[in-house]
Amino acid sequence: MTEPSPQNAFIKFCERIGRTTVSGVEEIGHGGVLIGESFYWLIYGPRVKQPVRLGAIFQQMMEVGIHAIPIIALLVASIGAMLAIQGIHTLRVFGAESRVTIGIAFSVVREFAPLIIGIVIAGRSGSALAARIGTMKINQEIDALKVMGVNPVRFLVVPSLIAMVIMVPMLTIFGDIVGLVAAGLYVNANLGISMAAFFHDVVDILTIDDIMHGLTKSFLFAILITVIGVVNGAGVQGGADGVGKATTRSVVQAISAIVMTDMIFAFVATG
Amino acid sequence: MNKHPNTVIEVENLVTHYGDREILKGVTLDVRDREIMVIMGGSGSGKSTLLRHLMALETKTSGTMRILGQNIDDLSQRDFFDLRKKIGVAFQGGALFSSMTVGENVMLPLYEHTDLDQMTMEIMTRMKLEVVELGGFEDLKPSELSGGMIKRAAFARAIVMDPKILFCDEPSAGLDPVVASALDDLILLLRDAMQMSIVVVTHELESAFKIADRITVLDKGHILMVGTVDEVKNSTNERVYNLLNRVPEDDNMDMDKYLQRLTGVEVQEETVL
Repeated sequence: MTEPSPQNAFIKFCERIGRTTVSGVEEIGHGGVLIGESFYWLIYGPRVKQPVRLGAIFQQMMEVGIHAIPIIALLVASIGAMLAIQGIHTLRVFGAESRVTIGIAFSVVREFAPLIIGIVIAGRSGSALAARIGTMKINQEIDALKVMGVNPVRFLVVPSLIAMVIMVPMLTIFGDIVGLVAAGLYVNANLGISMAAFFHDVVDILTIDDIMHGLTKSFLFAILITVIGVVNGAGVQGGADGVGKATTRSVVQAISAIVMTDMIFAFVATG
Repeated sequence: MNKHPNTVIEVENLVTHYGDREILKGVTLDVRDREIMVIMGGSGSGKSTLLRHLMALETKTSGTMRILGQNIDDLSQRDFFDLRKKIGVAFQGGALFSSMTVGENVMLPLYEHTDLDQMTMEIMTRMKLEVVELGGFEDLKPSELSGGMIKRAAFARAIVMDPKILFCDEPSAGLDPVVASALDDLILLLRDAMQMSIVVVTHELESAFKIADRITVLDKGHILMVGTVDEVKNSTNERVYNLLNRVPEDDNMDMDKYLQRLTGVEVQEETVL
């Protein structure tokens, strides 16, 4: 009999790295195909009597967007107030507290509102999507759809994708307002600047570009959250354990993708 | 093989792989109009794989498959969807959508594939639920049903489009004998009342003998025999006999391979000193 040699261990290690890399690339490929397929069904579906149902889209919009409003309001308000507190504290060093509005306006609209909302939706809806599709897969519900002549991408993925790309930017606009109001309230209480003056400054400072910067990012986050959730859900192997793993994976991957995309987008778009 | 004039499914030389492993090794079989064909075999015989291929859920390695006279390799996407509407499937675990009520589950194919108004669809749904003796249960969620009721609801969903072919995966698995027997009666009723061809995969001998017109016995990816209930019962083939009489297989064991499986280390030829 042969003993396992250090060389063998090294080869196995390399093999593992290779396999992980290949499966990673494969997953990105699946994601790309999924986006393509979603567009295909959205446009071509009605011609083969497989239309994307409006009812399903509205249902998802409620789930992804409307039901998330309370938690998002709470978090974005906290972030807005936090930015005001930190901003005033930092600028006090220079005696320039009254200029805090600039920092708050840019940070909330360009950065924090889209980022926090992306992360909350990844944790709330991305994971739910992965769990739902994973459970449906192990219960043969996806097979049931196929044999019924219902395309699963058209039936399950497209409504979620559309709901996400509409609701995440909408939530971002909502988050911008709530964050700025919360920050304004703190500034008002701390520096005595009136809300009207605060918002007058905010409107002066922000351009359409700044708002679009945040909204474009939230649009990209919406696509990332959906695709990562679906790819992880569809890749579930085994039973309940597999669903749990896929759900966790989808949240971790989606948040990582959001943070990295955020950085890259900020780098590219802030010339 | 002599071709029967009224075949609804024709499979020729079907070879399939799962990864590198060959599962079906050249299966040829036909299912005739309005017959109940039972596919039997032990665990790992490939019967579930065969069923998944008959439902066109998997990609085969080679071979041809004609369903309702259409070669499934030649179908356009649209024709494929149309063919799907003529096939019903009752999955082993029911595969009911847990987010929908029983009624919505049964109605889904109608909702997706027809332009009927809501009232008509609801009436059709209730009629099918009556057929499977689940009348009045349409507002319950699948989680509120017993195992036998879930299977019957799955049958109702499978037959709601009045399919020409019905596939049933292990209909009696996990059920008590009385409920299992009632499901067998339901399968017979569906064939007689709705003139369907039914393919049933099962390893329950009693159930197979009760409902089958013909039985296909699968073993390790090969078809051992296809015949009527009596032909299978009277078969002189040793492996068929073993399956019917629950005799454990006693394969000759390769000691080197056995040792390799236990230790996970490749066994090399011993050199004699």
